[in-house]
Amino acid sequence: MIPELGNFFLIMAFINAILLGTLPFYGAQTNHKGLIQFAHKASTSIFLLMLASFVCLTISFIQNDFSVAYVANHSNTQLPIYYRISAVWGSHEGSLLLWVLILAGWIFAVSKFSKSLPDTMIARVLGVMGLIAVGFVSFTLFTSNPFERALPFIPIDGADLNPLLQDFGLIVHPPMLYMGYVGFSVVFAFAIAGLLQGELDYKWAKWSRPWTTVAWIFMTLGIALGSWWAYYELGWGGWWFWDPVENASFLPWLAGTALIHSLAATEKRAAFKSWTVLLAILTFSLSLLGTFLVRSGVLTSVHAFANDPVRGKFILMFLAIVVGASLILYAIQSSKVRSKSDYTLVSREIALLFNNALLAVSTFVVLLGTLHPLIVEAFTDGKSSVGPPYFNLMFSVFFIPILLLMPLGQQISWKKDDLPALLKKYVWWFLSCIFLGLLLTFGLNGFTFTDIEPMAILGTILGLWVIAGTVKYIQLQSAKSQSRLAGVRKISRSYWGMILAHIGVAVTTLGVVLTSYYSIEKDIRIEIGETVEVEGLSVHFKDFKNIQGPNYIASKAIFDVTKDDDFIAQLKPEKRRYNASQMVMTEAAIDPGLFRDVYIAMGEPLDNSAWAIRVYYKPFVRWIWLGAIFMALGGILAMTDKRYREKKLKKKASQEANTNGQ
Amino acid sequence: MKKLIVIVCALMMAQLAQAVIETYEFDNEAQEQLYYEIINELRCPKCQNQTIADSDAPLSRDLRFIVQQKIKAGETKRQILAYMQERYGDFVLYDPPLQPANYILWFSPLVIFLVILAIVVARVGRRKVTLEGESNRANQEKGE
Repeated sequence: MIPELGNFFLIMAFINAILLGTLPFYGAQTNHKGLIQFAHKASTSIFLLMLASFVCLTISFIQNDFSVAYVANHSNTQLPIYYRISAVWGSHEGSLLLWVLILAGWIFAVSKFSKSLPDTMIARVLGVMGLIAVGFVSFTLFTSNPFERALPFIPIDGADLNPLLQDFGLIVHPPMLYMGYVGFSVVFAFAIAGLLQGELDYKWAKWSRPWTTVAWIFMTLGIALGSWWAYYELGWGGWWFWDPVENASFLPWLAGTALIHSLAATEKRAAFKSWTVLLAILTFSLSLLGTFLVRSGVLTSVHAFANDPVRGKFILMFLAIVVGASLILYAIQSSKVRSKSDYTLVSREIALLFNNALLAVSTFVVLLGTLHPLIVEAFTDGKSSVGPPYFNLMFSVFFIPILLLMPLGQQISWKKDDLPALLKKYVWWFLSCIFLGLLLTFGLNGFTFTDIEPMAILGTILGLWVIAGTVKYIQLQSAKSQSRLAGVRKISRSYWGMILAHIGVAVTTLGVVLTSYYSIEKDIRIEIGETVEVEGLSVHFKDFKNIQGPNYIASKAIFDVTKDDDFIAQLKPEKRRYNASQMVMTEAAIDPGLFRDVYIAMGEPLDNSAWAIRVYYKPFVRWIWLGAIFMALGGILAMTDKRYREKKLKKKASQEANTNGQ
Repeated sequence: MKKLIVIVCALMMAQLAQAVIETYEFDNEAQEQLYYEIINELRCPKCQNQTIADSDAPLSRDLRFIVQQKIKAGETKRQILAYMQERYGDFVLYDPPLQPANYILWFSPLVIFLVILAIVVARVGRRKVTLEGESNRANQEKGE
């Protein structure tokens, strides 16, 4: 009964989406108040219907209703209740339902928080989102229905959730990421509505900015969570693999980052209008492309979703329609858009343009590397691979100039600036960063000149340079006022957002570089009671026992780690075997720290109660995710700037925009 | 009894557990570093997208053994990669070789960037901007 109800709600949502995707356009065209009002009502109801449908599936999981095929394949009576709930989005069908629920949530949010927009604009925005909902609800309904029954042979027990996914990381990572993916549909809808409306002025950019930023925040956190999860759960100590599915999430993030920057230029200086609109379309298209890559299985990836060619075809068709239709619309309408181009080669406009060019080319690198094996396979007989060596090198080529130019881009003025004077302000700061960077890497190298890594030194210097650049920025900005404190107070919240996000980039860069070059990884053989030295750490194998978990049995080892007789941590890695699936999982034990992690993963038992274990010493690895948190916080500051809190502050805000300018 | 079952299960697990962790011995640290470098650049031909370092497939295990043997025999990275390429094709190389089929992969990003750079410099570089008049107009538009 409950699954049927869920299915019914889903069908109702589908009908609702069709109406939302059509009637408001007619309403906006003819200025029909009732139909415009209808867009808001349909937005609310589609959200409620999707919520009800999602709750139905969740109930089926909680009640262990194994007559539902999806539940039977991804749950088990032994599974703890919290994992039974998160198992709802543990595989393709359910995660798609979550996807549509989130899309409906965004539609609802847009309809609620856009009171200040003109009626026709909001009707079109909601209409475009309705059309996207039509695509995804029909995808769920016709190719991936989670409510299908496994009749008449109902299994006695379920096949269990993949043990890798029985983890806190899975509970939070997909919803966050989907919030980001789907969130970019809002700015896409704004772009399409703007093109239809023929109005792409600074107001359009102003409305789009906070929505883009929110989606970007979720995307940032979602990617960081995925990386963190891979780090502690997979037991390889890796945090990024350039796997096609990771790239699929990284592509819209890169494009979205570029979009945030070009929106700034569009709002403040009416520059790059048509590029910004195109970028909004591209960002969402990359989200869809990511979905296609993940769900169709055209690329071999470690993220093995249950794949099906029909699904791949459906998404590919949908992608083609969305991209094709919006590009045609863009081609027709964008010639009407006039951007201002009253800037010179040394100006903030050009700085943002460089930022966009570099980010766009970085996006292209990731896209090309991801799709290249497909292209090769299609045109030649051979099979090829593109992996970390390519991505690391090519990505660095374009990311180094981004980091190098970032501090200058923050400070440079709109329209025209004096380059020598600007550079002069930063000379000593830059030289200090070189000195500090050399010192730091020298220290991490154990104060020797052997095995010097030029890339490690360069990366460290650039990370420090970005931090120094933001500090200098605060200093220069606050110097304009009478007192330093008053000057610091005068920096608006959106600028603090920029400062924090840029520091986040620096922190992540430092984390990536220092972990990559100064990590220690060692596989050792160790017996109970033995102590083995690993590059300055002594690892003592204290105890070993077999334990029983809720739905698994495990071998658990206890290690004491000391360094120069100082006790560092007791680590208890496990090797688990899950009852239902009989899968064996490595549970690594990690002693986290701001400046280093000690990480032990168990391999396999050898002779005489000895085990093969892997010991990692990873300096600064936490900084990778700490930087992402900074970026997200920066985003929150920027989107909560009082400029967006409308009306009452409207006058004041526009005055401020004139004096500050961003 | 229960304890016995647990122990038996643990023993079974010991046989089935295929871990990536091995304890190869090397003559010196340079060899060991080279070993990790190479196994992290070779793709397991049989599995999903995984390096032979991360994969626990039997084939990966054999390949790691071969790499280890070859390093101890004093072969260079280039020789080992060439050996693997000959046996398993370009597919095993995560670092795509610089050959005509991969020229687009290696060079097009840079070419695109240089083209953008040239266009920007050509178009914006010639521009003359009078600061006062223009900024007044900009302010007017903002004030609306």
